Amino acid sequence: MTRKTFTRARRSRLLSATAVLAVGALALSGCGQREGDSEASSTIDYWLWDTQQLPAYQQCADLFEQQHPEYNVNITQTGWDDYWQRLTAGFLAGTGPDVFINHPSRYPQYADLEVLLPLDEQDATANQQASDYQDGLMELWTGSDGHRYGSPKDWDSIALFYNSDYLADGGVSPEELGSLEWNPEDGGSFEAAIAHLTVDDNGVRGDEPGFDKDNVAVYGLGLSDPGGGNTGQGQWGSFANGAGWEVTDEPFWGTEYNYDDPALHETLDWYFGLSDKGYMPKYGQFNQDDGTLSQLMSGSVAVVSDGSWMVPAYSSSENFEVGTARMPTGPDGTAPSTMSGVADSISADADNPEAAAEFVAFMGSQECQSVVAEAGVVFPARTDSVERTEEIWTEQGFDTSAFTDPVEEGDAFFLPITSHGADVAALTIPAFQEIWADRPPSAEVLDRINPAINDLFIADKEAEDADSGN
Amino acid sequence: MTVLTQQPDRPPSGRPSSPDGKRRRRPDDTRTALFFIAPAALGLAVFLAWPLIRGIWLSFTNYNLLTDPEFIGLANYRRLIADPIFWDSMLTTVWYVVLNIGIQTAAALTIALLMYRLTQSTLLRGLVLTPYLVSNVVAGLVWVWILDTQFGVGNQILGWLGIDPIGFFTDSAWAIPTIALVNVWRHMGYTALLIFAGLQTLPASVYEAARLDGSGEIRTFFSVTMPLLRPIMALVLIMTVIGSFQVFDTVAVTTNGGPANATNVLQLYIYDLAFDRFQFGYASAMSVGLLIVLGIITVIQYRMTRADSSDLA
Repeated sequence: MTRKTFTRARRSRLLSATAVLAVGALALSGCGQREGDSEASSTIDYWLWDTQQLPAYQQCADLFEQQHPEYNVNITQTGWDDYWQRLTAGFLAGTGPDVFINHPSRYPQYADLEVLLPLDEQDATANQQASDYQDGLMELWTGSDGHRYGSPKDWDSIALFYNSDYLADGGVSPEELGSLEWNPEDGGSFEAAIAHLTVDDNGVRGDEPGFDKDNVAVYGLGLSDPGGGNTGQGQWGSFANGAGWEVTDEPFWGTEYNYDDPALHETLDWYFGLSDKGYMPKYGQFNQDDGTLSQLMSGSVAVVSDGSWMVPAYSSSENFEVGTARMPTGPDGTAPSTMSGVADSISADADNPEAAAEFVAFMGSQECQSVVAEAGVVFPARTDSVERTEEIWTEQGFDTSAFTDPVEEGDAFFLPITSHGADVAALTIPAFQEIWADRPPSAEVLDRINPAINDLFIADKEAEDADSGN
Repeated sequence: MTVLTQQPDRPPSGRPSSPDGKRRRRPDDTRTALFFIAPAALGLAVFLAWPLIRGIWLSFTNYNLLTDPEFIGLANYRRLIADPIFWDSMLTTVWYVVLNIGIQTAAALTIALLMYRLTQSTLLRGLVLTPYLVSNVVAGLVWVWILDTQFGVGNQILGWLGIDPIGFFTDSAWAIPTIALVNVWRHMGYTALLIFAGLQTLPASVYEAARLDGSGEIRTFFSVTMPLLRPIMALVLIMTVIGSFQVFDTVAVTTNGGPANATNVLQLYIYDLAFDRFQFGYASAMSVGLLIVLGIITVIQYRMTRADSSDLA
């Protein structure tokens, strides 16, 4: 469920701007009256963005209400695009949720703004054990100040999704697709397979003579968003990692980004070069908002890389079977995958923090997580629930080891958590668009923005030093 | 445009004037005047003056909306001067304004003249205005569909003409011209109507004189219509240029600043900093920058077009 980060959130800025302004105005003029306290304190407002997951979490909320008849839970679902704007407006006006699903790319900013309640200071959530959850998840949600701001709900990793009809037409078996290797020089067996799966309007394959790269009927590899936020989460992030690139100096709360690493530049030049060769769409050819999902579902591409949270969406394919295969092995010999996950956070403005914390604890309990597992929408965060999801997805014909093997082999890596996420995205999103759209050498573009990004953190340090000097 | 209405002296009425020869003092209207001005003045104060003052104040602070503003002097302005994205964004905006205003004014003037010289039909005059009745967001979305690279009708038609699909909103060279033209399409009817209203105020006698002197259509246009229309054109230009600099909604729904900041117009950048990055102080500083630029441009336009005087007087 970890969706692309800022690009999409910025989409419907207009409507949201109006909302923010309107609510802001209310807040300033003091008209934003809250509901009566006695009524509000027994109601827990819970916000989430994913419709696929709504039924499972509704079921959890019902269970919680049964066990705690004194509370009732009011769930509001808002599309990803408007979600963050509504949250911001809510924090400003004091009309936000008590509990909401939070995203790793967003929570550092909220933690800095002090609008989140530290879970380690609430009775109900203080004793959540890291060992109950997938490795690293607790750390992912621990802020730079050592406080924990999220109760993990799920985790996700990246794999290849393929159109099995196209694979069969090209004579590529799913096993073959899942055991390819790539390198930045000639693309290796991965590029060869992608080229073979590309077919032009005359039926000539990408690796055959006479292939017309300007009139392609089916692209080997799909792509809709050049950057996936800061790190190419569902796109090139896993490739770059396999070439030895680390996004930041520390996995969590690093203060230095490595966009100037030649390993990244080589990867990107090769990756977006697939576009020049006609194996991957060009920038702007497909509507970015529709995502790689619609590229695969409409039969325009044969293979896409996407996250495990998208399995339910791909499973709804009616015209052909969609399967999953592991990301290819990179130059360093590993086949890594980016990894992330979402969590429940409590607003610092919650009407009844104890009730909110009890609800959060319940959402992270085995009872609720097994409901989530049964729904087969995401990998639940708890290790004791994850197997059930694997079973369900396997029954649906998905090879779940494509997602779990990198994790078990220690090749999965968490997306970095840093301050200034929005500022970094403001610089990287246009940069990755430029690299895909205009195809300059990526070193040229990224060497220019990397110092600007790191300046943000240097300025922090200077401000801190100045403070401590006083 | 200041309009000074001179109160003509009242014609002597039947009443005798005061004995000392002074004119009768008019009753004091100040209270009544204040009463009528008050609602508008209140609106002006609450919705214009106060936000303006507050915005200028915030531009000297570090403010994230959730905690109190912290005074930091000129730091935001120093950052602004050194911010390449701001200047890039300023250039993008100017390029947009040049295209938008240039084409729009020419088109609107043509339409206005056609309406004035060729038709009396209210229906036609109404039709010209229809794009203006569509909201900017809707117009933007409709054009995104029409000009979609893969499935848009626009590119389909180009295909029949043997032209390869053009990424109107996704190609960095095309995006700003496309957005400028979408807004020309939406606003030219309204602008034409303003100019048309101006044309109607021109006295028929000068045209008659021109005709008698044997002046043709084109000569009449350049020697009579244009000079007489100057104050109206000045007003129209000042209004449309200010509006054009503030372009936001069309960009927000069509390209959202992309590709690669090619359409990152000033208002969008300001919005991004304020509502995505919570840097209200810096966003306010940029807004003040825009205010200054607009002020300078307006004064220059006003002077150059001598908008405050008319050749008809």
